[in-house]
Amino acid sequence: MTLQRLSPLLAGLLVLSLGLMGLGVCVGSTGFENLLAPLWHPGDDPSATAMAQQIVGQIRLPRTLGAWAAGALLGLAGAVAQGLFRNPLADPYLLGSASGASLGVALALAALGGGAGMLGGNMMNGGAVVSVFSGSVLVRLGLTGAAFAGAVLAVLLTLALSRGVQHTLRLLLAGVVVGVVLGAATQLVLLASPDSLQAMQAFMLGSTAFVGWTACALMLGVLGLCVLCAGLLGRVLDGLSLGEATAHSLGLPLAPLRLALVAVLALATGTAVAQTGLIAFVGLAAPHLVRSVIKTTHGRLMGLSSLVGGVLLTGADILARGLLAPQELPVGVLTAVLGGGYLLWLMRRNSRSTAGGGL
Amino acid sequence: MKNVTHSIAIQADNIRARIGHTQILHGITLGLPQGRWTSIVGPNGAGKSTLLKVLAGLLPHSGEVTLLGRPLQHLPGRVRARQLAWLGQNEAAGDDLTVWDVAMLGRLPHQAWLAAPSEADRAAVEIALKSTGAWDWRQRALGQLSGGERQRVLLARALAVQAQVLLMDEPLANLDPPHQADWLGVVRCLLEAGVTVVSVLHEISMALHADEMLILRSGRVTHQGACTDAVTHRALAAVFDQRITIHPIAGQWVALPQMHREVNTS
Repeated sequence: MTLQRLSPLLAGLLVLSLGLMGLGVCVGSTGFENLLAPLWHPGDDPSATAMAQQIVGQIRLPRTLGAWAAGALLGLAGAVAQGLFRNPLADPYLLGSASGASLGVALALAALGGGAGMLGGNMMNGGAVVSVFSGSVLVRLGLTGAAFAGAVLAVLLTLALSRGVQHTLRLLLAGVVVGVVLGAATQLVLLASPDSLQAMQAFMLGSTAFVGWTACALMLGVLGLCVLCAGLLGRVLDGLSLGEATAHSLGLPLAPLRLALVAVLALATGTAVAQTGLIAFVGLAAPHLVRSVIKTTHGRLMGLSSLVGGVLLTGADILARGLLAPQELPVGVLTAVLGGGYLLWLMRRNSRSTAGGGL
Repeated sequence: MKNVTHSIAIQADNIRARIGHTQILHGITLGLPQGRWTSIVGPNGAGKSTLLKVLAGLLPHSGEVTLLGRPLQHLPGRVRARQLAWLGQNEAAGDDLTVWDVAMLGRLPHQAWLAAPSEADRAAVEIALKSTGAWDWRQRALGQLSGGERQRVLLARALAVQAQVLLMDEPLANLDPPHQADWLGVVRCLLEAGVTVVSVLHEISMALHADEMLILRSGRVTHQGACTDAVTHRALAAVFDQRITIHPIAGQWVALPQMHREVNTS
């Protein structure tokens, strides 16, 4: 029965992903009708054709694919976090990776000064992205590296404070503490370097505007690795869902397996955050959406959450570009509003069906 | 009565265990006979569940536990899990897993890491689900079941391990009387198959159906003996401060609460 429902769901999500990616290539400040003719008749106006090729091939295609990959990473990380912490409200940022990445970016912005400010200055204007992106590759790499390093260091700090991964609650509390402390440190850095505020705000709101092919390939590579690891570790989360003692009684070596799950969580979240900034609710909502349709094992849940996360972020990115075109909304704001609304709806529905219980 | 000597399935020597800073078990030594059903009873806070966890290798402790003649500490996790199945009290339940998936988790110790369930695994799960009457809901999510139904699924998960030793902590929680009787039937079948059963039960009348009784008080064993033995009945009454009496009713021993004791409410 589960398999009968799984196949159409899987097929539907794949088709939806491809459809949204196609749509993502069409939507933007330059309407697709203006791109279609130069692409269709390349000989008519070579400069217009080159521009159209650059817009589609170098901006929209990697951006759309990147949005899907980042959403898929966050969806997968959300399913891992909720299974690992046995808490439906757990999100991928719980181990402090988001605040670590923020601190990393804040420090990098403070160090890079005005050059990095370009990031924020153009966040609301998709049309000016090309020149900024091509002119500041080193800055982008520096920011991405700083975000990733910050995320990884924050997770390591959480692990050190919780003295390993033996106790889930201790891990959760350590993650909260690291999040709060690093958040405060970020604010301190920004106070000392007010020039970075605007660029930092862009990072905090999340954006896929600067995702190029390199970032895209990196995210897809990490996604492949994480999906593989998650598939191997799905049974561990199934066992853990019956309680730690029962999982232990089934012969599962919990400490190394939990460490592997934390590594998947940190790698997926760190990679996505480093490329797109902080994007809220995708990691939280994707597993809930899957569960509302199908009850299944964690192995399948993680795979499906990954696909749903990709669909959510690609869809949100298209809306962010299209709602106020040619102006662009930060995609993180849109996911926060839509995700928050979805969770409120979920709470209302659950409280009706379980008379006050549920989420 | 036949005087049969049973070999020991679980031997514990001078077991001490603490939870946080509180010492729960104070040097317990015992031997649980193979192929028999031993019920562990005692007042609230006596350390019954803690002892069961120690015997299952799930709690750090001092002293030594041997399982079927081998030190439990030195057994690889998967080997231990194949020989000893454990059903916990108020076991957290993966509400999103189907009944079939939950029961199949009992086969984890038998499966290679990435291997799909074998025919033997499927057969074991089917037998376990049918024996607890949970077969008809095998496609339903655990979260959609009542407390009693859920308990039967979790019991099926423990049975699916097909271990030689089965430890159960309050397995009758949420079960209505007919299903408690069904549980007794399952245990009898296991005993006929040579399985050693150890259960912590707070329903003393149900515990008296066992072959042996281990009585605990304040982390110490006060008595171990046959459930039909008058000495065991006296020890049982004593550990509950003479507030229960044991009577034979309709061919079985039944514990009744002593109703005439003055209760100081001041």
